[in-house]
Amino acid sequence: MSELLSATFLTALVSGAILAGLPLLFAGLGELVGEQSGILGIGMEGYMLLGAYAGFNGALYGGSPWVGMLCGVVAGLAIGSVVMLLSVRLGLDQVVVGIGVILLGEGLTSLLHAVQFGASYPRLGEMNDLPIPLLSRIPVLGESVFSQPLIFWAGIALVFMVRWMLRSTRWGLDLRAAGEKPRALDAAGVSVIAVRSWAVLVSGALGGLGGAYLAVVSAGVFVAYMTNGLGFIAIVVAMLARGRPGWVLGGSLIFGLCLSVATALQVIGVDVPTDIVYMLPFLAVMVALAAFARRSYLPAALGVPYGRGER
Amino acid sequence: MSDGAPSRPESAAPRGGRFWSRMLRALGPVLAALAVGALILLLLGRDPLVFYGDLFRAGLVSASGWQGMITRLAPLLLIGTGFIVAFRAGLWNIGGDGQFVLSAAFVAGLAPAVMSSVSRPTGLVLLALVGMVVGGGWTLLPALLKAWYGINEIITTLMMSFIGINLANLLIKGPWRSAETTVPQTGAVPLSDLLPRFGGTTIHVGIVVGMLSVLVGWYVLDRHAVGLRLTILGANPRAAVHAGLHVKRIIVVTFFVSGALIGLAAAVEILGVWGYMRADWNPGFGLALFALVFLARLSPLAMVPLAAFYAVLEIGGHEAARRSGLDYDFILVLIALVLLFLAVSQLLGSSRDERRGLATRLVARLNPRRQP
Amino acid sequence: MDVPAVELRGITKVFPRVVANDRVDLCLFGGEIHALLGENGAGKSTLMHILAGVLRPDSGTVLIDGMPVKMDDPGDARAHGIGMVYQHLTLVPGFTVLENVMLGGRGTFRLDRKRARRAYLESAGSLGADIQPDAMTGDLPLGRQQQVEIIKALASGARVLILDEPTALLAPAEVVDLQRAMRSLSERGMAVVLISHKLPEALEVADRVSVLRAGRAAGHLTPDELRNLSSERTREVVVRMMFGDDADALSDLAEVSLPATSIGVRRTLPEKFALRLDGVSATRERQETGVGEVSFEVRRGEIFGVAGVEGNGQRELAEVLAGQRTVTSGVLEFEGEDVTHLGVSERERRGLRFVTEDRMGEGTVSSLPVSINLLLKHVGRRPYWTRGGRTVRGAVRKTAGEIMQEFDVRAPSPETLCGTLSGGNIQKVVLGRELSFAPRLVVYDKPTQGLDARTTRALRLRIQQMAAGHEVAAVLISSDLDELLALCDRIGVMYRGSLAGIVENSGPDVVERLGRLMLGGDRGRAVE
Repeated sequence: MSELLSATFLTALVSGAILAGLPLLFAGLGELVGEQSGILGIGMEGYMLLGAYAGFNGALYGGSPWVGMLCGVVAGLAIGSVVMLLSVRLGLDQVVVGIGVILLGEGLTSLLHAVQFGASYPRLGEMNDLPIPLLSRIPVLGESVFSQPLIFWAGIALVFMVRWMLRSTRWGLDLRAAGEKPRALDAAGVSVIAVRSWAVLVSGALGGLGGAYLAVVSAGVFVAYMTNGLGFIAIVVAMLARGRPGWVLGGSLIFGLCLSVATALQVIGVDVPTDIVYMLPFLAVMVALAAFARRSYLPAALGVPYGRGER
Repeated sequence: MSDGAPSRPESAAPRGGRFWSRMLRALGPVLAALAVGALILLLLGRDPLVFYGDLFRAGLVSASGWQGMITRLAPLLLIGTGFIVAFRAGLWNIGGDGQFVLSAAFVAGLAPAVMSSVSRPTGLVLLALVGMVVGGGWTLLPALLKAWYGINEIITTLMMSFIGINLANLLIKGPWRSAETTVPQTGAVPLSDLLPRFGGTTIHVGIVVGMLSVLVGWYVLDRHAVGLRLTILGANPRAAVHAGLHVKRIIVVTFFVSGALIGLAAAVEILGVWGYMRADWNPGFGLALFALVFLARLSPLAMVPLAAFYAVLEIGGHEAARRSGLDYDFILVLIALVLLFLAVSQLLGSSRDERRGLATRLVARLNPRRQP
Repeated sequence: MDVPAVELRGITKVFPRVVANDRVDLCLFGGEIHALLGENGAGKSTLMHILAGVLRPDSGTVLIDGMPVKMDDPGDARAHGIGMVYQHLTLVPGFTVLENVMLGGRGTFRLDRKRARRAYLESAGSLGADIQPDAMTGDLPLGRQQQVEIIKALASGARVLILDEPTALLAPAEVVDLQRAMRSLSERGMAVVLISHKLPEALEVADRVSVLRAGRAAGHLTPDELRNLSSERTREVVVRMMFGDDADALSDLAEVSLPATSIGVRRTLPEKFALRLDGVSATRERQETGVGEVSFEVRRGEIFGVAGVEGNGQRELAEVLAGQRTVTSGVLEFEGEDVTHLGVSERERRGLRFVTEDRMGEGTVSSLPVSINLLLKHVGRRPYWTRGGRTVRGAVRKTAGEIMQEFDVRAPSPETLCGTLSGGNIQKVVLGRELSFAPRLVVYDKPTQGLDARTTRALRLRIQQMAAGHEVAAVLISSDLDELLALCDRIGVMYRGSLAGIVENSGPDVVERLGRLMLGGDRGRAVE
């Protein structure tokens, strides 16, 4: 049992939590932005898968993980614009469109991967860590938190950026109004459709980025259906975060922990059946929902398409 | 559709016209999806006509084809009815896969013991009940969370689905693992102890159960007070409270029935076709049927031909994909296309007036500074 | 003063079933309070919504300072200096006052809160309103929120201020404040437009009057004409413009003919109680006012009014009475029986009915036929459903037809989908349902809101007739004091979730007493 507190285990745990949590962070922030504007982003799983596939290919053929990230963002934007067209512009049912996106993401990426690589799974090289001088010497935290690739710090920066955008910019104000009372925004002369359209695009871009990170950095490979429910966990994280990006960070790390606990245990030689491993994050979600969701805050106009003149 | 179940529009058009317009609305997205699918096939360097030809031959025309199709149809009808019951009440039971797989595991796991202890009919009925209880029971947590705390059931049923699938694997690899095989699976029940089949065919009586569920489902939903209450809840939850309906009770019971039907589908599939269950087995009917159920506008009767179509795709698809050297996931893409085209087909509306102004409406709706 | 600040020329707007505006001309001048009058449904709101860019006319032009302009959306209106205070406030409850005022402003990407604060304090000062910019909008009483809306319009540089039925949300004292504010704004050169269906209040402040009837411009009074007419004569002229030939028949409606007075004659009511509440409190959500320790009685055949500024718990009280909201303490007795913990269905069966304010969102299901809506609270009951639960279509159709006949529901057939009916007919469906099947006490929540004069009159007569002979009691919740005074025997006032007091509807100072209670004065039961 003392092995549980060993530096090896803890380091593996924290590193793993970050590795698993970062895709959640990106996707969760994307989901947050969408939800704040009144869009129910059920299709996040699809965004992530498409981003993962595009990201993997980008890194493979582009030679750099950054190209992969970019490709992930672009893929997310592309599918996001489809959702924007159908759900926001045309006012079609968000749940149906969302599930369509999931199916499309799953089927398309799986199919394309099989066509491209058949049964082989090419791997990517690891991303370079950026150990921070001095801080990276701290036991446990040094090797895990302070020796992360640049993209990790970009993610942290993103949290602050989103927070600033929501609170201190006009766009953030309009966004929150669109989610809580779109009539007020419309009466004030701002296009609700335009605001929500941007929100969906950002949502897609961040979801795609999360997927790309998953494939390029966390796993180094693309496997069909590799997100395995991560998109839905992102939705829950955003829901429980109640509009606060800092909480998305916290939630991502906590769920990342659940996702990585099993691997960390394997590092110190404790063998856990894979089925339990896979179950953990979803159990964690159910527990979180059952315990905390009474206090989860969702914008009032979530899921309802906006039509001017409708009382 | 923003407040739950899609509305069931009634137009003033004459009965014949109404039928044809409904057929068009249902077939339209399907044909469009097939067309786009053909395009993708071309891009991948395959011949669409050959592909679709193989598909329909293997799925419908050949003897093994139509028998396989009807066999496949049985659980589909049950799952479809299960979905329709929930969706009509505005409850999004997305956890169908988990409910199915877990129920299948229980049925397959307990089958050897049960079938060797009691007579065949008793055993089959008992196992069917097991399937229903497990399937319905697995919806209870999301149902209670929704009924009491209003927690979004899309997330909760989906989470339970993942948990259920993994739990099923654990059970099959663990307590119910058969010692006789290297691949983890449950003990097998001999064919003679499974659901009886129609003479000379591979079609088992499960199809009768399926058709019965469709008929009962239709009757209850369209002609019965219980179904009306569901519909009211799905159409307008606030009006349901106003009308004095016991909303919490309806939510829980509806969820349970939905899950129970899906569990029964699992029992029918295990007891009709396999007699055992492998670990990591998940036919994935749930997410695909989702599209078809909406295409049928949540009508159990209309669902039958569409489910049959899906069955043809499934049975024939494996063969056709194999022959074209494609992965089966292409079929999944087709279904996704159907769903997206369905969402677009909502725009077509149902009344002639709406269709008349379609072009102007389309342009107007696309304009971000629009107003109705 | 010669060129109107705003001119609407030949405005026509057609909706699927009705011509809302028919070639209407209207001129608005700076420095004037222009009253736009007409009964509900005459087209006043539609016309002003067109000016505010929310609706686009089918034909006609809008001219600002004599130049035709494009008015495609609220952004255009705002740019041209048109500010509108809507009937249903357009403020985000979760924002601070300052954030609401900042919404929609042109300006930098980064919010300049300091500058916004300065602009806010300036505008608020000019209005004489003392509201903290960091206050949470949703927590403010509705009268204050309305002031925030006005400040918002001022801060965005409005030269024209349109107020759509603003007094529906206000207590009598607050109405006076609003009138004062309108006066001061117009003196500063603003063109103020007051949309109202209530004559007395509007005519008190109007410099100019335009009347709409059935979508057409029906009459106009210039400032000179108004000055030269006595107030009584003005009223007569306007009423004739509003109703045409029906003026005599309909002018007995309280809101049109006389300033609010009571019915004068006290009815003698039986000793028996139809309804009794004793210390009733109920559950409440975060943003709600809720109901706390409410006690009152309603005698058989009595019409008991519930007055109060919107948002003081009236809605929640109605839900408690209907059985839609759980009672946490206290006792609710109906006809001698303790029904505190009985649900909607059981209460309905005993004759306790609820005509909800939200006809479309709660009172009916749009996607279901009228017949089902009429039997919405009878689902599963005989003879419309068999004991096994099967729907007996013939019985449903027959009864639905009968109710539709009696309540004048205009629809092609009982199978018509309820959502396709006009607003007035949907209300008749709700009434038909609640008032059939032997009601004993009916709770009405703003039953005549938005209805035209004829339908309003018919409904009020029905309420009175049902109460005559001590047959059916009524609890009438309304924000329209005139209505309450015309119909009720006693009137209770809701304030912050409890009954601030109950006033007997007789004597000269009823309005004054009600007005005080509506603003929270006179705590404790004041039954005389």
